[in-house]
Amino acid sequence: MRYAMAVDTRKCVGCSDCVVACQTENDVPIGYCRDWVVEVVDGTFPELEIEIRSERCNHCENAPCVRCCPTGASHYSDGGTVLVSSRKCIGCGACIASCPYDARYPHPDGYPDKCTFCLTNRVQKGLKPACVAVCPTKCLYFGDLEDPNSDVSRVLKIRKWKTLIPEAGTKPHLYFLI
Amino acid sequence: MKEEIIVSGRMNPMVDPQLHIWEWPIPLYLFLGGLAAGILVFASFYTLQGKEEKFRTAVRIAPLITPVILVLGLLALFYDLNHKLFFWRLYTTIRLESPMSWGAWTLMVVTPLAFIWSALNIRELFPRFDWKYSWLKQLETFFRKHIKVIAWILIIFSLILGVYTGILFSAFNARPLWNTSILGPLFLTSGLSTGAAAIVLMSKSHEERLHFARLDIILIGIELFLIVHMFMGFLASTEVQIQAAGLFLGGPYTTPFWLFVVFMGLILPATLEVLEIKGYRLPLIVAPILVILGGLIFRFIIAYAGQISRWLY
Repeated sequence: MRYAMAVDTRKCVGCSDCVVACQTENDVPIGYCRDWVVEVVDGTFPELEIEIRSERCNHCENAPCVRCCPTGASHYSDGGTVLVSSRKCIGCGACIASCPYDARYPHPDGYPDKCTFCLTNRVQKGLKPACVAVCPTKCLYFGDLEDPNSDVSRVLKIRKWKTLIPEAGTKPHLYFLI
Repeated sequence: MKEEIIVSGRMNPMVDPQLHIWEWPIPLYLFLGGLAAGILVFASFYTLQGKEEKFRTAVRIAPLITPVILVLGLLALFYDLNHKLFFWRLYTTIRLESPMSWGAWTLMVVTPLAFIWSALNIRELFPRFDWKYSWLKQLETFFRKHIKVIAWILIIFSLILGVYTGILFSAFNARPLWNTSILGPLFLTSGLSTGAAAIVLMSKSHEERLHFARLDIILIGIELFLIVHMFMGFLASTEVQIQAAGLFLGGPYTTPFWLFVVFMGLILPATLEVLEIKGYRLPLIVAPILVILGGLIFRFIIAYAGQISRWLY
């Protein structure tokens, strides 16, 4: 099993519903976020191009945060998701500094927090992650890459896609359809 | 002309607009760890050479401050932790991939040895010190008998500690400025250099002072060579590392780095030490103090500048 998510940058309107859904589902403290929306505007007026990306943890296959964690609190879990066990964490900040995507933030309770793909609270109960479930334009696809019939496998087969800074050697699993 | 505007909805404290997760405790600890490692390397080296009397300050007196330095460093580290009550988790795992893990274990070896080394030389401070209990006296004779073994362990682990202060940073490929393995040898050399400077500062023997001033000049030379190498490496590398080097070559850290670290922390004290060896009478404390301050500022600049440097996407 290899969980992954695809974000359709052509369908995303940047409404930030995914951000709010995540904050609500995962009790993210006020002022913090596990996912966020990036808008990149290219060109000079009136020749403009826009790309809107809903970003989150890339659940890397070669995750620098797991490598740098001194206690093993950051670890790989089911389907290759990268999770943090707060009870093993000393709050040193190494994983936050090691993430090239800056996907982690220091939770006020002392440990780092980030996207979990809603693994235990939704996915393992047969639901889609909160952000995917609420997306009004249905631009988020989630599923198992090893299952050829999953939403994410199928959309990656028929669309052109990119990942963010694959040259950082992280083998990211958040795909952007372009 | 092409314009690119990036708007992100993310505003996580300590991460945006730029990372500042590691504040003053980390560079302070890296400096203190390097300084203690430097002093202990010299102390154990000259013990193994059988030159305890010739270099009395290096072997017997300077190590007396290392337990204090290490404890201050450890306190700074502890202060920096956000999940303090779980700090013991560091010592329930050994993860060789994580420099912070084996660094914590290295500290676990070096700190007690620094205490033992100081205890054996406590009479340098309090000539009539008495251990009172017979088992403590037996322990003292035991350690004294095996001082060479302790020195071997100490020299190896102090060198690891010195390298670790740099490797801690180079393990982060997310921060291009840190992501260079040359930081290991560079921080080790800087630690040895500040250690030598501390010995010069504390020594009362002219011969010993000159010896360590000479050593310091060599170490400063190596450090300058490594700094030049670091920039050559960056400029010959990928765009992200060219931009990271740019922080020091025209960017916001240009003046602090070249003025306070390279000139005032390396070139000026080396020149003063050369003049001193040539026989000029100079205030003896200026050069070592500059070296020590330079080492401290160097750790701060690398720690802060590294958190600005990032991948571009």
